[in-house]
Amino acid sequence: MEKTKNIKNKNSDKSILQNEGFQALLASLICILLGMFIGYIVLLFINPRGAFGAILAVAKNFFAYSSASLKLKYLGNTLVKTAPLLMCSLSVLFAYKVGLFNIGVAGQYVVGTCACLYAALSLHWHWLPCMLLAMIAGALWGVISGLLKSYCNVNEVISGIMLNWIGLYLTNMILAGVKEEASPYTFSLKSKGQKALLPQMGLNKLFPGNTYIGIALILSIIIAVVIWVLLEKTKLGYELKATGYNKNAAKYAGMAEKRNVILTLAIGGALAGLAASFLFQTGFEQWSTSQSSVPAMGFNGIAAAFLGGLNPIGTIFAAYFIQHITNGGANVDLKIYCSQISDLISALIVYLCGFVGLMKYFLKKGLSKKGGTQ
Amino acid sequence: MENTNLENSYAIEMLNITKRFPGIIANDNITLQLKKGEIHALLGENGAGKSTLMSVLFGLYQPEEGIIKKNGKEVKINNPNDANDLGIGMVHQHFKLVECFTVLDNIILGVEPNKMGFLQKSAARKKVLELSEHYGLKIDPDALIEDITVGMQQRTEILKMLYRDNEILIFDEPTAVLTPQEISELMQILKNLAKEGKSILFISHKLQEIMAVADRCSVLRKGKYIGTVNTKDTTMAELSSMMVGRDVNFHVEKKPATPGEDILKIENLTVASKVHNNNAVKNVSLNVRAGEIVCIAGIDGNGQTEFIHALSGLEPAVSGKITLCGEDISKASIRERSLKGMSHIPEDRHKHGLVLDYSLEDNLVLQRYFEPEFTDKLGFLKRDNIRTYAERLIDEYDVRSGQGASTITRSMSGGNQQKAIIAREIDKAPNLLIAVQPTRGLDVGAIEFIHKQLVAQRDAGKAVLLVSLELDEVMDVPDRILVMYEGEIVGELDPKTTTEEELGLYMAGAKRKEESE
Repeated sequence: MEKTKNIKNKNSDKSILQNEGFQALLASLICILLGMFIGYIVLLFINPRGAFGAILAVAKNFFAYSSASLKLKYLGNTLVKTAPLLMCSLSVLFAYKVGLFNIGVAGQYVVGTCACLYAALSLHWHWLPCMLLAMIAGALWGVISGLLKSYCNVNEVISGIMLNWIGLYLTNMILAGVKEEASPYTFSLKSKGQKALLPQMGLNKLFPGNTYIGIALILSIIIAVVIWVLLEKTKLGYELKATGYNKNAAKYAGMAEKRNVILTLAIGGALAGLAASFLFQTGFEQWSTSQSSVPAMGFNGIAAAFLGGLNPIGTIFAAYFIQHITNGGANVDLKIYCSQISDLISALIVYLCGFVGLMKYFLKKGLSKKGGTQ
Repeated sequence: MENTNLENSYAIEMLNITKRFPGIIANDNITLQLKKGEIHALLGENGAGKSTLMSVLFGLYQPEEGIIKKNGKEVKINNPNDANDLGIGMVHQHFKLVECFTVLDNIILGVEPNKMGFLQKSAARKKVLELSEHYGLKIDPDALIEDITVGMQQRTEILKMLYRDNEILIFDEPTAVLTPQEISELMQILKNLAKEGKSILFISHKLQEIMAVADRCSVLRKGKYIGTVNTKDTTMAELSSMMVGRDVNFHVEKKPATPGEDILKIENLTVASKVHNNNAVKNVSLNVRAGEIVCIAGIDGNGQTEFIHALSGLEPAVSGKITLCGEDISKASIRERSLKGMSHIPEDRHKHGLVLDYSLEDNLVLQRYFEPEFTDKLGFLKRDNIRTYAERLIDEYDVRSGQGASTITRSMSGGNQQKAIIAREIDKAPNLLIAVQPTRGLDVGAIEFIHKQLVAQRDAGKAVLLVSLELDEVMDVPDRILVMYEGEIVGELDPKTTTEEELGLYMAGAKRKEESE
């Protein structure tokens, strides 16, 4: 396309429909609705009687509870899991901006889990060093992919997937030393690792009866903003994005493009490690050492990153939304549907969230055309 | 403009086409009429709207106003398939071929003859060989695209159109990638095609070629239609002033050089090749002094690219010593070389020169973003300073774009992208300016501008190293010519006393002399 020049700017009459931010938001919303609709259709096929009720339950999540304090408590639970999901999606987003697809986020999350739980339950460390150790472990896992990419030209997707499994079984092996005797679960932090519990910062008063919510939520939002600032406002962000868009030009401009790849995956890994710390150090969940699949947290992070329009701030809301429907899925009436249905519905919606890019493309084409003829 | 009362003698007519983009009218009421069996040139500067007009004809864009007629009947072209059905075919500037397929496979791709899903290649092969014979298009149907020359790739593209029985053939800057010999072959092919009744639209900004091959020529300027002339009734000077809107000086005006001391000194530089086991650059020694332009001439692929990559630090050298302003930089990183005063206008502006998805301002600081002027102590970019700096460069170097400093570079025309790189590299105040094919694919107006800038740098006492494949440029711009052939410097010539013929003999490897002569 050859755009000519001397005819100066006529963009002032651009309508809201052509605004890119608006198009991104609209694309995300359409994907959400589409996902719910397809979920509804599937439910209709399985059992038409409860379909509407089930989809409503997914959408309602904690609103299903009648009392205000229960609502708040379960909103808190959703938020507890939103924090780690947000970190995972930031990890994906950050790498994506630099032209890397960090599918290894799941593995980095798992080794982060291993590091913080081992430090908490076996070494009885304080919460902050546990958290830092999780970050370091995740970063290390990212660096392995980065080194392989930079120096051996191994695609980060391949090495990431491999490392996911290596990380999973390594974690199961190591954490077997700190598990309860009668179950595959690791000891609860309340019993063996009190010191590693993250401080609640008074949020337990805001969400009465919720003993898990705390500093992780606050930190995760701060970190989202920091990532945005890092990418958009700093020299490092400028270099990393240049490497992502065109690594030849980055090299030509004298940027250390190999180092940038490694650094990116290290930061991505650290964010994923932090995600693990944000979940397991609240005491909300215990790790099952008989787990034979990589936890969905990392992969949901990919969906949240795209649903958020690859914008760190948008990702905050996207992460919340995905956690909202995942939690809501648990409220589906199990007398009508089998227990897997909740996962199926939320998975469908999450899956459709992956189509945000495509939807944006259609919108851009459609709306711009419309605007052009006005 | 020409009038003819035989309305239906036009193969294709585009009448009063208007196409707008945000901030820009790319085509403003343009009319283009292509007669049957003629070669019609479409001339215009980069960004004049030629590509947009062709995209409209090809169904890639829908015009806001205007109609298209084929053989006098109005037609709607909504997508490239419609264009193909109407017998319109196009050879793009960058070929659309599958590298790992054979020539034959590429030609039949999309219209494979088959019986119940089984390929019937023998019939296709027969048709392709007949066409190839008939039009004098030499090809080897079984060679892989990645193994054949650019010229043969282009012939494959032409055969693709002929195989589909296209009547209207569009060539988008077909000579940009060819050697002089291949260009004259192509000219002959075009004439043959026209003789056989094909109608040819030839997009170019090379005036000699248009004068040599076209019957008529339509000129666009800044999105507007300027006029159509018969080439036999016009001159190159008239065409170029129609295209640029003013008289263009084809000759580079310059005073005699007053070279000072050595800025760049290269001793016995050897660079390995990426494609074969031989060295691509063999034992090259040369020097560039302050206040002179030295040109490395040669046919593409004789080691120039590898030489420049080793010099700029993009690829390591096997051996040899590079000295810049008295300092040994043989082992220095790209950034160190840049900081020591080396500027590099790269051969491939899309691959190396620009981050196309960055805004214009971000590209303008690509070599300087880390300086205190643009980054503060905490590592935050000083956006205001970047904007001010970019606006100054845009103004000084007349870089034109839709939305000024915040324009995404990808949307700019090739000439303006190149101007942006030149602005960035020259404004760095280098001691040594390396310019590799700086005018490749640009129109006369932009070429004149870039040559002036190179001479201005020379006159300001900088050393300029130019790598060029264009004979005109080699003869016109530099103070000394070094000819590179198969990775070696085979001769040094004085542009004032040498001839194109002599230069050609050196470039073809038919003649060589000792460097010290």
